[in-house]
Amino acid sequence: MIKVEDVYFTYPSGIEALKGISLTIKDGEFIAIMGQNGAGKTTLIKQFNGLLKPTKGEILVDDVNTKNTSVAKLAQNVGFVFQNPDNQLFCETVEEEVAFALKNFGFKETTLKKRVTWALNLLGLTEYRKTSPFMLSGGERKRVALASVLAWNPKVVVMDEPTIGQDYQQKEKLRQFIIQLNMQGKTVVVVTHDVEFVADCNPRVILMSQGKIVADDIGKRVLTDIDRLTQASIVPPQITQIFMGLTDFGLPVDVIDIYKAREILQKRLGEK
Amino acid sequence: MSVFDGLKFRRVTSPIHLLDPRIKFLYVCSIFVVAIIFWELLPLIILFLVQIPFVLLARVQKEWIRSLRGAAFLATIIFGTNIIFRFLYAGYTLTLQDIEYASAMTLRFVVLVESFSIFFLTTSPDHLGLALEQSHVPYEFCFAFTTAVRFVPVLADEAQTIMDAQKARGLELEKGNFLKRIRNYIPILIPLIISAIRRSLELAEAMESRAWGAIEKRTNLYVLQIRRADYLLTLISILIIIVCIYIRFYVPVPSFSDFWGL
Repeated sequence: MIKVEDVYFTYPSGIEALKGISLTIKDGEFIAIMGQNGAGKTTLIKQFNGLLKPTKGEILVDDVNTKNTSVAKLAQNVGFVFQNPDNQLFCETVEEEVAFALKNFGFKETTLKKRVTWALNLLGLTEYRKTSPFMLSGGERKRVALASVLAWNPKVVVMDEPTIGQDYQQKEKLRQFIIQLNMQGKTVVVVTHDVEFVADCNPRVILMSQGKIVADDIGKRVLTDIDRLTQASIVPPQITQIFMGLTDFGLPVDVIDIYKAREILQKRLGEK
Repeated sequence: MSVFDGLKFRRVTSPIHLLDPRIKFLYVCSIFVVAIIFWELLPLIILFLVQIPFVLLARVQKEWIRSLRGAAFLATIIFGTNIIFRFLYAGYTLTLQDIEYASAMTLRFVVLVESFSIFFLTTSPDHLGLALEQSHVPYEFCFAFTTAVRFVPVLADEAQTIMDAQKARGLELEKGNFLKRIRNYIPILIPLIISAIRRSLELAEAMESRAWGAIEKRTNLYVLQIRRADYLLTLISILIIIVCIYIRFYVPVPSFSDFWGL
């Protein structure tokens, strides 16, 4: 469980990025953090594994205060996947890359091997085991980065913009993968701009604007709340926009995914 | 890293910022020469104080003080080593002259930092490139130089992100003995170098698609011109050198310990 209590954060340059954030993330929850650039999303998630420490207020990860705990210690529970995989890949083979964190955490050789095999298999990278990560495509590099974090099986997985630069098919695979992870009991926190992606996953959505939380509710309610979305410079999903434009025909406005939309429309068309 | 902050250009308009960078460089060189030819405390103190009006005129006090603060660490080391070696050399005794000498050496370093910091704080990378170009350095070299200077903050940002990414995977930079600590930086350096190479290739492509190097003879939108203030500064710089060299050869420089009759 991650508990954020009235957290303020100011960068050394003087920019106040977080202004009084409070929230609780329970074990096994699936959360999407949304908001425009500079809203403080990345600053907030970097507090979860201690990369940044609050200027005021405190953060408790499983009742451990992040203030006096090292990143290496916190990271064992909170895995963090960065936006750009090129910011972390450096080994000669994919296998070594995935093993890097495990070595840092002091896993035994036999466990380490098992974990690497497991993680590579999980993300469909087994055939690239001995390939250099720099020879892989963008989507594959991203998967290597993800595997290198999932390898130590952290309780919480935090992902910064996982869908950026991925083609549609990759994105759909990633979505299914994330949902699967969450169903297996992992806490998943995703920072993203991609409304369609969030609408399809239907997680709890936290909307941020200028360092504050403006909405914190189930996806269906946040993504159809026009006032708040505008405040955070976010446009509702396309399917919601269609339904909002058709209220004159008596269609509901709180539809965010195509499956539900298809169901409603089928019923409607069948009536006539 | 605060030393580097003190060398980063700030865009303000002031009489000092408007000076021709070539002339400013001449001034910095003359200060440099003077700081090297004196090893007594008094002239170095004067040299230190003489530059303060320049800082105030350029309105870069804050950044200037930051650069001095950054230099404090090295200055302490210089002072310490001077004292220690004088102490050992003189057979385990320390006189006031020794302290004065160590202070002078430290102040010499501070004066050098001070003048370079004034130069870099008040000269934009563009002007610097322009100055090189008008001094007939080939354009390719000038461009490479200005680009390198401009990308330093970008690379610093990137290094921070990479450090965060590796720390999130359990890397502890401060762990282990000296050799291990150096090895700890490999996971930071490799991604940084690769992304710098990638970035430079992208930059080259972007530049070529915007017709870089299409014409042999380039013209400049801005051309550096020597103005009246520049002539004045040239005169001052030359005078400083002449006067100081004269003093060095013909006038005995008093030391503080003589003053106090020690």
